[in-house]
Amino acid sequence: MSDTEHHVCPVGLYLAIFGALMVFTLLTVGAAYLNMGVMNNVVMLGIAIVKAALVISIFMHLKYNPKILWVVAIGAFVWLGIMLALTLSDVMSRGWIPNQPASWL
Amino acid sequence: MSDAHSSPYLAHHFDDMEQQSQAASLGMWIFLAQEIMFFGGLFCGYAVYRLKFPEAFSAGSYSLAIGWGCFNTVVLIGSSLTMALAVRSAQLGRKAGIIKWLVITMFLGCVFLGVKVVEYSAKFEHNMIPGRHFEFHDDGKFVVAGHGDHSAAVGHDEPVHAEVGEPADHHAAEAAHGEPTEHAEPAGEDNGHGIVEINQGEVELFVGFYFMMTGMHALHMVIGVGLIIWLLVLTAKNRFATEYYTPIEMFGLYWHFVDIVWIFLFPLLYLIGRH
Repeated sequence: MSDTEHHVCPVGLYLAIFGALMVFTLLTVGAAYLNMGVMNNVVMLGIAIVKAALVISIFMHLKYNPKILWVVAIGAFVWLGIMLALTLSDVMSRGWIPNQPASWL
Repeated sequence: MSDAHSSPYLAHHFDDMEQQSQAASLGMWIFLAQEIMFFGGLFCGYAVYRLKFPEAFSAGSYSLAIGWGCFNTVVLIGSSLTMALAVRSAQLGRKAGIIKWLVITMFLGCVFLGVKVVEYSAKFEHNMIPGRHFEFHDDGKFVVAGHGDHSAAVGHDEPVHAEVGEPADHHAAEAAHGEPTEHAEPAGEDNGHGIVEINQGEVELFVGFYFMMTGMHALHMVIGVGLIIWLLVLTAKNRFATEYYTPIEMFGLYWHFVDIVWIFLFPLLYLIGRH
């Protein structure tokens, strides 16, 4: 186990990940100047998620770590997703009921 | 030390170095999970109010200095690279390498915080801070919220900036990134003139999120810079070896986490009002 957990990555891999992160940064800035409506948010968050995945898997060595850490890392984002989904499903659906009191909004 | 697995770095309550190291990793990841929920609360609040006031959030976002935002993104991702190299040096037991990469990481962290000082002071100078003296520069009635229709007609982005009354540093920042403005398209969902009516109080809310989110992020970086100093002292005292460099490794996880928060903050704060 210790040779997987303390895996030494080649410098080139780190440089490649850095390069990829720079390319994605350029892409997200470029995309921000195009008017794509709701797709702007999808592209922006999609690129950010890919960048975060690269940082987590390589820079943070999660790829080389025991699976128990994957459970914690993925679990953290699942809980975040639950918080966002429940909150936004409330907020976004408030206008759906007709004739509701103003205090609900 | 009688045992083959024993090491001067092994705490008495662990069986061996591997168990000790895995316990540290697990604890650190659980701490980071908690940090994700902490920042997640801020992102959640941001999402709720941006859904409620989309135009004002775009206007507020447009008032941020995108050039500095891009610069800081490069600096922070660069510092993640140097931090990863510091951990690599620790794995290989290269003391000089650890010190070199940690110092560079700390330097880049300080550059990031310095840029934040420049950005914050521009906002303070223009009264763009939440509170009773908050000002959005055209009285909050009309704003050209970054919609290219206007700038395309003028053929130059300077007059648009003057009209919006943005912080002066924005000009320099935009000059460096002037090229993408050419790709700007007329506002689709607003009226045809690229002028959006916004409420000053709603922009104030955006600026409040901006200061809270970047402020909490900057606080994490200040703590991070302090921790690097601590690691440098431990490294200089020869407290690490190839079999034990857990503090450097755990700090690396923290630093990369702070980088990830910025990876989300940058587009959500700086890039939503550009098109």
